[in-house]
Amino acid sequence: MDWTWFHRFGSPPHFYRIAGKLIPWCAWLAAISGVAGLIGGLVLAPPDYQQGEGYRIIYVHVPAAVLSTMAYATMATAAGVGLIWRMNVAHAVAASCAGIGASFTFLALVTGSLWGRPMWGTYWQWDPRLTSELVMLFLYLGYMGLRGAIDDTARADRASAVLALVGVINLPIIHYSVDWWNSLHQGHTLLKFGKPSMPPSMLVPLLLAMLAFVLYFAAIVLVRARGEVLRRERNARWIAELLGAPS
Amino acid sequence: MTARQRRMTLVAVIIAGVGLAGALALRAFRENVMFYFDPSKVAAGQVRPGEHFRLGGMVVKGSVQRAAGSLDVRFVVTDFAHDVPVRYDKVLPDLFKEGAGVVALGRLDAQGTFVADEVLAKHDEKYMPPEVARSLKQGQAAAALKSGASN
Repeated sequence: MDWTWFHRFGSPPHFYRIAGKLIPWCAWLAAISGVAGLIGGLVLAPPDYQQGEGYRIIYVHVPAAVLSTMAYATMATAAGVGLIWRMNVAHAVAASCAGIGASFTFLALVTGSLWGRPMWGTYWQWDPRLTSELVMLFLYLGYMGLRGAIDDTARADRASAVLALVGVINLPIIHYSVDWWNSLHQGHTLLKFGKPSMPPSMLVPLLLAMLAFVLYFAAIVLVRARGEVLRRERNARWIAELLGAPS
Repeated sequence: MTARQRRMTLVAVIIAGVGLAGALALRAFRENVMFYFDPSKVAAGQVRPGEHFRLGGMVVKGSVQRAAGSLDVRFVVTDFAHDVPVRYDKVLPDLFKEGAGVVALGRLDAQGTFVADEVLAKHDEKYMPPEVARSLKQGQAAAALKSGASN
């Protein structure tokens, strides 16, 4: 297998250029699928037979929850690649994931809580799914705190990468918490064998909303990673050349 | 072994080690992580007398009895193997109904009735429009009639 593309990605000017080209695509597609998903979910989809109109919060809650774990997986993968291949760009990507991942986690917890009050009858319970999601919020905050506490970038990269990798254990716990233990949170509607327990009129807008969140996440991470690469490489020649300064 | 392979091994060891530690810890705390006990566990005496715990299961169809002029309600929670009668005197959540999941926090009294201080509705993972639910129900009723007639 040819790994040139992988090593080329590790080159900051190359990453900077590719990311710059990808951002508008991600952002526009996110906006289009987001508007389509929200109209489909909030206006066109039928009400639920048990929850009535209240179930529509899933069009924000589910994508936010999925992205909270997906952002963590991305962050941990980038951190691992950065650690193994000593790739500065990978560390920059990992650092860019944390803030947005924490925001998604917070959004999932808040929307879930607002839904839980009328449906379950409680804002919060120490349920395995809810608790493991809260632990992930603290993992994100810990990661950001650790990064902020170390001045030397290379040392901060390595220390925070180890923390990110240790936290990976929480991902299967979050996902399988509703299968392994008795929980208040309902089981899987989508990610399971067999048919999703949802008709297409509700499912299609949900998938569109999820796609929008994924693309939005990609766009934001690339914007932030570009900024992070610029900060790390601020004295490099390629930046001076990029800005057209005489070298 | 190159330095890179060494780092790769280190990362693999970190993940494997934390995974193993996590799995062992979760095994050890298995019962404590359980959000609720089902009626079979209660029948098996896994709950100490007078202990505060959560009871979870299905509300038996036709078991809900409301006292006139108050919020007092009695119902039976089942896991299709054992039953536990429940008494409650506060407002029930919207999704509480017969045949649906429920989680109640409280304790057993001397007669073996579960006295709840809090009742939560456990929602299932199914979503469907009301018309579909209605026609499904009619379909089931028709099928039941048919099988009843053929017997």
